[in-house]
Amino acid sequence: MALEYFPALRHFLRRVCWFSQSPPSRPAIPLRLNLSFCTNCLLSSKSTSPISKVLKPRATSKENYTFFLNKDERFAEPVGAVHDLCRVQNTSTIAAIVTSLGGPPGAVGIVRLSGPSAVDIASRVFRPTRKRKKITWQPISHVVEHGMVLDTDGNVIDEVLVVPMLAPRSYTREDVIELQCHGSEVCLRRVLRTCLEAGARLAEPGEFTLRAFLNGRLDLSQAENVGRLITAKSVAAADAALAGIQGGFSSLVRSLRIQCIELLTEIEARLDFDDEMPPLDLNLLMDKIHTMSQEVQDALETANYDKLLQSGLQIAIVGRPNVGKSSLLNAWCKSERAIVTEIAGTTRDVIEASVTINGIPITLLDTAGIRDTDDIVEKIGVERSEAVAMGADLIIMTVSAVEGWTLEDTKLLERIQYNKRSVGSSTPAILVINKTDCAPGTEIGWTKVCSNFFSKHVFTCAVTGEGLQELERVVLEIVGLNSIPTGGRKWTVNQRQCEQLVRTKEALERLKASIEEKLPLDFWTIDLRDAALALGQISGEDMSEEVLSNIFSKFCIGK
Amino acid sequence: MAAATLLALNLAGLGRHLCKTLFSTPSSSHAFLKPHLLTFPKQFRCPLSSASTSSRRFCTRSSPPDLDYIGAADEKYDVIVVGGGHAGCEAALAAARLGAKTLLLTLNIDRIAWQPCNPAVGGPAKSQLVHEVDALGGEIGKIADRCYLQKRVLNVSRGPAVHALRAQTDKREYAMQMKKVVESTPNLSIREAMVTDILVGKNDNVEGRAGESASHGLTENLQRFGFETDRLKTGTPARVDIRTVDFSVLEPQHGDEEVGWFSFDPDVHIEREQMCCYLTRTTRRTHQIIRDNLHETPTYGGWVEAKGPRYCPSIEDKIVRFQDKESHQIFLEPEGRHVPELYVQGFSTGLPERLQLPLLRTLPGLENCSMLRPAYAVEYDFLPAYQCARSLMTKKIEGLFFSGQINGTTGYEEAAAQGIISGINAARHSDGKSLVILERESSYVGTLIDDLVTKDLREPYRMLTSRSEHRLLLRSDNADSRLTPLGREVGLIDERRWKLYQEKQARISEEKKRLKSVRVSGEDLAADVMKVSGQPVRDSSTLESLLKKPHIQYGILDKHGFGNSNLSRMEKECVEIDIKYEGFILRQQSQLQQMVSQQHRPLPADLNYYAMTTLSIEAREKLSKVRPQTIGQASRVGGVSPADMTALLIVLETNRRTAQEQKRCQMLNAIRTDVPEEVPEAVSCTETVSSG
Repeated sequence: MALEYFPALRHFLRRVCWFSQSPPSRPAIPLRLNLSFCTNCLLSSKSTSPISKVLKPRATSKENYTFFLNKDERFAEPVGAVHDLCRVQNTSTIAAIVTSLGGPPGAVGIVRLSGPSAVDIASRVFRPTRKRKKITWQPISHVVEHGMVLDTDGNVIDEVLVVPMLAPRSYTREDVIELQCHGSEVCLRRVLRTCLEAGARLAEPGEFTLRAFLNGRLDLSQAENVGRLITAKSVAAADAALAGIQGGFSSLVRSLRIQCIELLTEIEARLDFDDEMPPLDLNLLMDKIHTMSQEVQDALETANYDKLLQSGLQIAIVGRPNVGKSSLLNAWCKSERAIVTEIAGTTRDVIEASVTINGIPITLLDTAGIRDTDDIVEKIGVERSEAVAMGADLIIMTVSAVEGWTLEDTKLLERIQYNKRSVGSSTPAILVINKTDCAPGTEIGWTKVCSNFFSKHVFTCAVTGEGLQELERVVLEIVGLNSIPTGGRKWTVNQRQCEQLVRTKEALERLKASIEEKLPLDFWTIDLRDAALALGQISGEDMSEEVLSNIFSKFCIGK
Repeated sequence: MAAATLLALNLAGLGRHLCKTLFSTPSSSHAFLKPHLLTFPKQFRCPLSSASTSSRRFCTRSSPPDLDYIGAADEKYDVIVVGGGHAGCEAALAAARLGAKTLLLTLNIDRIAWQPCNPAVGGPAKSQLVHEVDALGGEIGKIADRCYLQKRVLNVSRGPAVHALRAQTDKREYAMQMKKVVESTPNLSIREAMVTDILVGKNDNVEGRAGESASHGLTENLQRFGFETDRLKTGTPARVDIRTVDFSVLEPQHGDEEVGWFSFDPDVHIEREQMCCYLTRTTRRTHQIIRDNLHETPTYGGWVEAKGPRYCPSIEDKIVRFQDKESHQIFLEPEGRHVPELYVQGFSTGLPERLQLPLLRTLPGLENCSMLRPAYAVEYDFLPAYQCARSLMTKKIEGLFFSGQINGTTGYEEAAAQGIISGINAARHSDGKSLVILERESSYVGTLIDDLVTKDLREPYRMLTSRSEHRLLLRSDNADSRLTPLGREVGLIDERRWKLYQEKQARISEEKKRLKSVRVSGEDLAADVMKVSGQPVRDSSTLESLLKKPHIQYGILDKHGFGNSNLSRMEKECVEIDIKYEGFILRQQSQLQQMVSQQHRPLPADLNYYAMTTLSIEAREKLSKVRPQTIGQASRVGGVSPADMTALLIVLETNRRTAQEQKRCQMLNAIRTDVPEEVPEAVSCTETVSSG
């Protein structure tokens, strides 16, 4: 009972403090039929005596939820102090060096200011070359100006170009001033320090993007892509992130979600107004669901691509000595990375080389030829080869077309297979038959060898470079990227988006099953709604707690 | 459909203040209520029997503000209910049963709970409302069960959540039954209070009165109080004389052989003889007459601007909107056992009276009919319900509750659902208790109220199944297990009902346990199940697993002697649904959970939406107007986009964090004042800052 009146007390106190002039009224506390109660009731048919459990907590449980009837709430004009809170996060003006530091100095570096007093701060540190009649500097949006940055004592620090981008036509939708300084770290830091001394605050990592998101310039998936664009390792990764910012993925998700909602509307309309509506065309419906499901699947496939774009792929080249592994590596990366001789066992250590296939960064690992040897150095090399083969994403086993499949090859294969089995991995492997130039017309009979262990086999000639394109194609096929159209879909899907896409796909599959099983119409809506919810989570249109906390953990808000 | 209560304004809770003010020492704290008190007995209502035109307009007119009828005796009431329609009756009954001394003011005691439009209760979504009101301890379901002429379950093939019981009722008997109940309820007094007038539109013969009576009606008085009012339109079809209809050419529609019940109280489950409804269709000639005379209808003629319900369209709306449809179904429904009126369902029109008879006579079977009463369209005032909280108490005047058509709803069921909630809350309020709020997800009643107080109403509000997002959890069969415990706690469910309820739940749960444990193998049942479902049956399957197979119903267990004869038909249905659709139910529950944790988060009452520059202008305006109480409610406000919600959530979280930070700073400052001031940390510029 005491608890039950707690909100009342609070309410009373509030009244007394804030509205002491208005007549006191009887406090109203809501008795809420909350959800836990209603689900309990739903389940109550399962448990024997749920009622006694249910009844107690209801009136008292939600002390955090108190609903007050405030007579004046529509008229009471809020006092300034109250709503100022809403703006606090926007009131500070942030500054940071937005070009990279640490490497060799570039010709130009940029210090960016963003926030309501960006112009004010800039006018304090910046003196335009062209004199104006007006005393205060008044920037024109998107017009570049030349001038000097002065420190607090009036000393010139750097000669700069100022690019003002006034709200809302800027990245953050706030006033943004960019100071293009000379690229050396010293210059940049001095300019930044001056800005900070003039009243700016150092930006947190990602804070410009955060502001862009908070001010509605970017949606959630776009904001996430900004982060990826900045850290992109390859051109394709950058392209994908850029496509994400521009909203290619967002628009696909949005269109899928709209389709779900349209179907839902169609079906629900028939629940209420069956007489007025034409009958549902089941075939058409199934087709639609099928297409949607396919689109989700396609999008999911780019998730794989995304992982590869971010982390790259490791390919180990293994084989007996002197089958041309190092030649293959050199031919592939188009450089003399590895020493190539006629002598078997030339390569002792693992040699790395980088290539890209379809934008995916790939690390090639050339290894020592695997054989039993007494040479201590070579022995260590062989051990390393085996270790590398175990850790790679893909194994390329090279054999010589001249010698054909030998007993040693079988032994070597068994060794690799044994190792793999012991760790339980299932690394795919490709058989490369090298030196085709020395033994023409031996291209038959390999299929049989292949079928057991290798996913594919490719004929190459490391000397002429023949077969390398085919090899690349096979590599892509095996990692599951052949279906990505080159130049077609550029954006990719990250982990969070992937989870929701999987959920969408599962819901659509269940929906198909429901329709096929001829379950009543109403049941179709449940999974359709689930699909729509999942899609809404991706674009942030349905924000769950999880998404929100994710955002707040990524960006530091409220500091 | 036009609702029964044209205005059920429940000025509940005011009564006590009123009587204090008038007859005892006025308390200064209630003085602000005074000017309003004079308004409540004025009430308007459309006397349907005198209707003679196609378009009319309700308006209120005041009688001299005397309160004599309350009696010279110093009667004091806790709750006064204005209007004896379906909302008013439920409200008055609920309040009186909860022990509040209640007064029900109505225009005509014999027209209590009158059904001015369709003589039917239930139907899709509406039946759920009736079941829920009954589960809470309301009356509508019982009366409908007692007075039915015909009952049918609709939507049988569309899933358990949309099964809808519909009853044709005897409208005279219905009003009499309700009157009997109201009159025999302790704590409840009834008075006739009459203020009524009609302002009419274009082609009405009593037009002369229109101008002169625009004085202080109830609406005007409420407007003076700052309530916003708006107008809505609805209509009712013509009635024809049953004796002039040739039924031999019409397709009869019989009631269900096994009668379903609205009420969970077996005392009212008394079967009676059913009457037949008939089906006819519009013809080419019907469509021709309507098309030729469209300019005579209020809507297409352009002199009525109020918004009619899209989902209950007049026949001219149907013909204009579905031009390629050659014929529309028309149902002929008896209005009672001893009255000649036949309700022409699906044929409401705003066409003038002179055209209505020729129009009716184009329908097969009605070639020689005589019209007892013409169809007409009406406009009425309502108060957009964002002005109420979810308890249905107005935000402006404490102790004043609105429910029924005044909130913009149409339908007896919707009215009753609001009525019982405001009745409960008025009684609790006068008793100083906390108010009851049904969450949206808890029930159709909750959904209804949430929609009313949140959404921008542009047409009369009718309950639809699609309005409930989680309707699989809100079925008619589990209305009692959802709401009866609340009814019990509130005090509307008596000992007898409570015991019945508990026994029923126990039987259902026992039966489910039994089905889980009993196994069958290689018997007739298994073979039959295999045949019906088309799926293989494994040896020693449980009865539960058999029931889960497609197209298998509990009846098949009965047929082979595996059923449980202790269970009623409805209880078997509960068991069947719980088992058969367990997967779906669980999935919907998890959807709900996921949504609800977020949606139930309260919004501070003092949020200044205008200061949130990241919200769209429209969202800022709408949110400031509606002042939602929770996040979920905010997201349902019309004009608030998902992007706005994102922005709102972020502002809230930012505010929270800022407030936290400020508190921390204050604490630190408090500590610092004791300690000699330290040198502030120099701003470090050595960090590498990456940013977009």
